[in-house]
Amino acid sequence: MTILKKMKILIKGGRVIDPANNIDKICDILTRDSLIVKVTENIKEAADYTIEAAGRIVMPGIVDMHVHLREPGREDKETISSGTGAALKGGVTSLLAMPNTFPVPDSVESIRLIKSIIKKSARANVFIAGAITKCRQGRELADIAGLKKEGLIAISDDGSSVDSDAVMSEAFKIAKKEKMLVVCHCEDKTLSANGVVNSGLTSTRMGLRGISKESEYKRIERDIALAEKARASVHIAHVSCGESVEIIAKARKKGVKVTCETAPHYFALHEEAVLGFDANMKINPPLRSKDDMLSIRQGLADGTIDAIASDHAPHTENEKEIEFERAEFGTIGLETELAVSISHLVLPGFLDWAGLVKKLAVNPANILGISKGSLGAGCDADIIIVSPDKEWVVEKTGIVSRSKNSAFLRKNLKGSVEYTILSGQIAYKA
Amino acid sequence: MAWTRKDLLGLEELSKEEIEFILATAASFKEVSTREIKKVPALRGKTVVNLFYEPSTRTRVSFEVAAKRLSADVINIATETSSVKKGETLIDTGRNIEALKADIIVVRHNCSGASAMLARHVGISVVNAGDGWHEHPTQALLDIFTLKEKLGRIEGLNVSIVGDIAHSRVARSNIWGLTKLGAKVTVCAPKTLIPPGIEQMGANVTNDIDEALRNADAVNVLRMQFERDETAVFPEQLEYFKRFGITEERLQKARKNIIVMHPGPINRGIEMSSEVADGVNSVILEQVTNGIAVRMSVLFLVAQARDNIKKNENIN
Repeated sequence: MTILKKMKILIKGGRVIDPANNIDKICDILTRDSLIVKVTENIKEAADYTIEAAGRIVMPGIVDMHVHLREPGREDKETISSGTGAALKGGVTSLLAMPNTFPVPDSVESIRLIKSIIKKSARANVFIAGAITKCRQGRELADIAGLKKEGLIAISDDGSSVDSDAVMSEAFKIAKKEKMLVVCHCEDKTLSANGVVNSGLTSTRMGLRGISKESEYKRIERDIALAEKARASVHIAHVSCGESVEIIAKARKKGVKVTCETAPHYFALHEEAVLGFDANMKINPPLRSKDDMLSIRQGLADGTIDAIASDHAPHTENEKEIEFERAEFGTIGLETELAVSISHLVLPGFLDWAGLVKKLAVNPANILGISKGSLGAGCDADIIIVSPDKEWVVEKTGIVSRSKNSAFLRKNLKGSVEYTILSGQIAYKA
Repeated sequence: MAWTRKDLLGLEELSKEEIEFILATAASFKEVSTREIKKVPALRGKTVVNLFYEPSTRTRVSFEVAAKRLSADVINIATETSSVKKGETLIDTGRNIEALKADIIVVRHNCSGASAMLARHVGISVVNAGDGWHEHPTQALLDIFTLKEKLGRIEGLNVSIVGDIAHSRVARSNIWGLTKLGAKVTVCAPKTLIPPGIEQMGANVTNDIDEALRNADAVNVLRMQFERDETAVFPEQLEYFKRFGITEERLQKARKNIIVMHPGPINRGIEMSSEVADGVNSVILEQVTNGIAVRMSVLFLVAQARDNIKKNENIN
């Protein structure tokens, strides 16, 4: 990260949305050095830099708890530098980096290696999700206590699910003891097999193998049951279908400490988007039915789904512009998650602005136990200023991420980040 | 109507009128193959490239004969002997063919959607000769052409498709084409070979062969691809013949003039008995003959559409 300059920034006259402090009003914010010092009307103090924010939304920087930065190992897809650059453009100031890198962050040594790259090249706050099992192979637990000592807050085998009940049980027990959050990629491979699109009419029409919803929600049921038994916290990643939402709601009612996230493509797109064999629409879990998309929106609206995370999954063009069934799974999302959420949740009325800020910043920060997502005096000055009505079209040429595989290419979106302030510095300006 | 598509990728995206237009054009081309000199100059000076990523004799030869009867130059690329072996991607191969100034690529590929992807990346015409389990439009068109020739209509017919529906591009294209033209389609297979949601494509489903045959005007019997690797879902061959094989005995309970079709190659004694394959109800060889006319029609129409697109581009 850049060395902090002593600096005061004054953000004037924006609509400040800070649900952590119950604020939604037009006022000013003053930052000094890396912190917020004042949030009130008509701040008269002189600043080094003044931003006129009338007509703009001023909100805490996004906390994206599901990002694949690819470095170390696949720097051809993304690097920590390019990925965090994309994050800043999308208004993301903190992110949780998923562990499917090479090496896998399953040991103190590999964590130290990744930390050194972060220190050198990260342009936003990067938190590392350690692996649950060695090499993410689901067989032998990683050194979870060691990871904790290195300051990690979460573990996940994301990209894979831990198939063995015994191993997963043990993981929850240790995670509970070490106060680590377990982030679960829920997929029963014996059910999803070699599927590539949602199972049902879509897979049949396209002549492709299907991925059933059971493959997701049966594994969610299992992971919740195991977490409950260990009295551990469990976070379900990338929820894609109605059944999963119901299962999570039920478990929470019972008192299980379960949280979950969905990704923008699950509430903005549905399976019909894949019918043209566009591999950018090939995502795991797959785009589901229209009904599922509506259930996801409903789950966000009623609070069952706590967080929105991008599941930013960069892939090179030659891994995507090939036969559909041979293409990699995933879409990038850091640069579009805010605009997709505004366009598909706020404008149609599923969430108000405060609700959106909760899903994008407050709740993920709380789930991860990090002091982010708030604009209170004394908090880290991670702030974004958003032009809520600005329309734009997602084009390859404007993408900062090293990979351009966006499911939203050529789509019209509303809402765009004008400034990203990170630790009291202007880190991005449109 | 005017045909405007430079590609033929599937029947799902075609309208009833477009399908009827291909069939009508095919009917006018059928006579060419009965002439002493079996050639018309419709595609003289055009180059057709058969790009086959899967072994195929019947479809490739049919396209080759169709192109030659239209006076096109034909080049066959079998991927086992081409630069594909050296790792060239489908898109690169397509662009190279385009750079050779070929006019039509006829592509057979084991991946669903391969022809659609190719068509997005080249400006020349692409004709799908079968992509994965997805579509095999010219096969369905020749099946429908044959049915129409035999029965005079498609609307209101009961057509049953028997066999491995789950993995069949022939079944999918037939379902789209037949239902668009107003036929009632029933698919019949062991439960494990019925794909989910097939009813929503407009087909009735049964697991009982006698029921599938009972009121059928025609039965289209698919090849059982026992060579596929997904052994778990496949019944044993003899067991399959017992439960689903088309025999004379079963046909006796069906309508007297029921038409028996098969896209070939036949597994005699598995999908149907030899007596049925060679019997009076069988139109299997007529399908092969009609395949030429249908493919002549398709090649002619897509080439013409592309010529028109190019003309308009020049005007603008």
